[in-house]
Amino acid sequence: MDFLTTFTELGHNLGLGFSTAALPVNLAFCFIGVLLGTLIGVLPGIGPTATIAMLLPITFNFEPATSLIMLAGIYYGAQYGGSTTAILINLPGESSSAVTAIDGYQMAKQGRAGPALATAALGSFFAGTVATILIALFAPPLTDLALKFGPAEYFSLMMLGLVASVALASGSVLKALAMVVLGLLLGLIGSDVNTGAQRYTLGFLELADGLNFVAVAVGVFGIAEILRNLEDESDREVMVKKVTNLWPSKEDFRQMIAPVLRGTALGSVLGILPGGGAILSSFAAYTVEKKISKTPERFGKGAIEGVAAPESANNAGAQTSFIPMLTLGIPANPVMALMIGAMIIQGIQPGPNVATEKPELFWGVIASMWIGNLMLVLLNLPLIGLWVRLLTVPYTVLFPAIIAFCAIGVYSVNSNSFDLYAVSAFGFLGYLLVKLECEPAPLLLGFVLGPMLEENLRRAMTISRGDWTVFFTKPLSLTLLLMAAAVLAIVFLPSVRKKREEVFVEEG
Amino acid sequence: MQINVKDAASGAIFILIAAWFAFETQELQVGTPLRMGPGFFPLLLAGVLALLGAIILVKGVLKGKRSEMTGVPWRGGFLILLAPIVFGFVVRGFAPLSIPPLGLVPAVALAILISSFASRRTTVFMAVTMTVLLTIFCLAVFQKLLGLPIPPFAGPLEWLNPYVDAAFAPFGAAWAALKSVFGG
Repeated sequence: MDFLTTFTELGHNLGLGFSTAALPVNLAFCFIGVLLGTLIGVLPGIGPTATIAMLLPITFNFEPATSLIMLAGIYYGAQYGGSTTAILINLPGESSSAVTAIDGYQMAKQGRAGPALATAALGSFFAGTVATILIALFAPPLTDLALKFGPAEYFSLMMLGLVASVALASGSVLKALAMVVLGLLLGLIGSDVNTGAQRYTLGFLELADGLNFVAVAVGVFGIAEILRNLEDESDREVMVKKVTNLWPSKEDFRQMIAPVLRGTALGSVLGILPGGGAILSSFAAYTVEKKISKTPERFGKGAIEGVAAPESANNAGAQTSFIPMLTLGIPANPVMALMIGAMIIQGIQPGPNVATEKPELFWGVIASMWIGNLMLVLLNLPLIGLWVRLLTVPYTVLFPAIIAFCAIGVYSVNSNSFDLYAVSAFGFLGYLLVKLECEPAPLLLGFVLGPMLEENLRRAMTISRGDWTVFFTKPLSLTLLLMAAAVLAIVFLPSVRKKREEVFVEEG
Repeated sequence: MQINVKDAASGAIFILIAAWFAFETQELQVGTPLRMGPGFFPLLLAGVLALLGAIILVKGVLKGKRSEMTGVPWRGGFLILLAPIVFGFVVRGFAPLSIPPLGLVPAVALAILISSFASRRTTVFMAVTMTVLLTIFCLAVFQKLLGLPIPPFAGPLEWLNPYVDAAFAPFGAAWAALKSVFGG
């Protein structure tokens, strides 16, 4: 009975979602989003984070649903595009496709580029479908739970999120922690909400509303990435033979079913975790496949499982990472932090209220993901020749365009030049920190969560009359904090630390 | 003894930033846990950051592994970081250098021109071609298509705007038709 009501409700909600997503304007921008996503996914050197940051200001003029549908399309579209580059030129178009390159490129060398590409696309489509259903199933109960959260619970939840993002960042845990704290501090720059006091503005009026989020994101991800790419200007080898015979054989299909299922499951779970998402999912999926394979020696020599599993996992992970963002207003990765930024620009307060107050937005975005995935399969397989040709665009042409888009995008947010100086400053800081092996992703998460964390801390303390134990006496808050502590403890365990380093070494 | 320069340097940077934040907190009220002032949370965070920085620094000095530093693209880096600043100067004007506001087109063109020389492979011909094509593209997409409220030309160059409008007039009609199809 209970099951039945859930089911009819789900049907009703998805119906609302599809009717929103199927509006011509939303279909058009969903298409533009996945097209752009594929494009930047295919091109190495520019990722979804920088692209979404650049386009964020432009979506200002759109309806909220349209804007989120397009931005989401860029993110999961990039997962499709990234695999094409990985398979055809052994270079990850996206970092989440890095493991796909291992076996995908080998398959291409053996003349099986077609089946490899088709496997990646079909696996991604299956994973995307499953992830869409999962979001639709899990979002409502999580939203209900989140509505019961008070400030203490929210504070603890954010602590857990930040700690988890540290644990899953590559490189040193200590440095990632420091980056989170630095991000939190940067997020506090500007007027204090409660007293109106100017904090750390150095007298700049432009900083009264805080550092511009878009400027920070574009600087740290866009500009810093260009500087890194300029370090090595050697030729990209594009050895693309004509891709023939796209369709996998019966034998291929038989071999890829189980890995696709496992990759989807793993990716869906890891995507929900704070700090998770596409990158982690694909690495984990590849490792698992290699571990449980009866013929592990085939891996690295063109095993189809090595393409099917990580490609399904990264797409599933990319999509389920929307769950904490949509239901709790907590970003799981930098892209989700940007989505929250997009909502705030639109005047929507992210959090559990989105589902009840803006159901058409909430369900429209979810439904659009399935539509977008369908578009991606149709876009990717027949048009593969076009994407391949794109790879011949030299980086020399690409980055001045990126700079121009970044500058226009950032300027259009507030129409002040100060934000552009901030882009350069954060580009410099971002590059410096990357050179020193500090991950930028935790910094951006901290930056977004800084004000929310402070606000909830203050409110919790006011309610408890200044009693710190409130975080430990409320059961839900205590559970969340214990989970955060457990995550930290595990990360610092010597055995786990070693293993973690091994996993991330492959990434580099 | 080997020092891990990357760890030591990042630790030192974190400490410096924390010190700056702590120093600036002086002017702010810290308050009590019950009535937190604007300085409470930042000071707490600055303390944590300084502590983390110190641990990273000490670890880097005491048991560092040597780490390889890859080359830094000095010229390219300088030009890339310069481009957004020049864009800001030109689009809005910059009084201290007596630069008048010139509008979107000169700003974009200069930003592209400057950044394209960041690559050692760019020839003058390539840079100029790219600047012209990309500027037209940006003008068409951002200003005309998406309607960003930045004038193509401003200040002393304002007289050029009618020519821009005239050049894009035929496309305007086509765009309006397309827009009506999508109901946007």
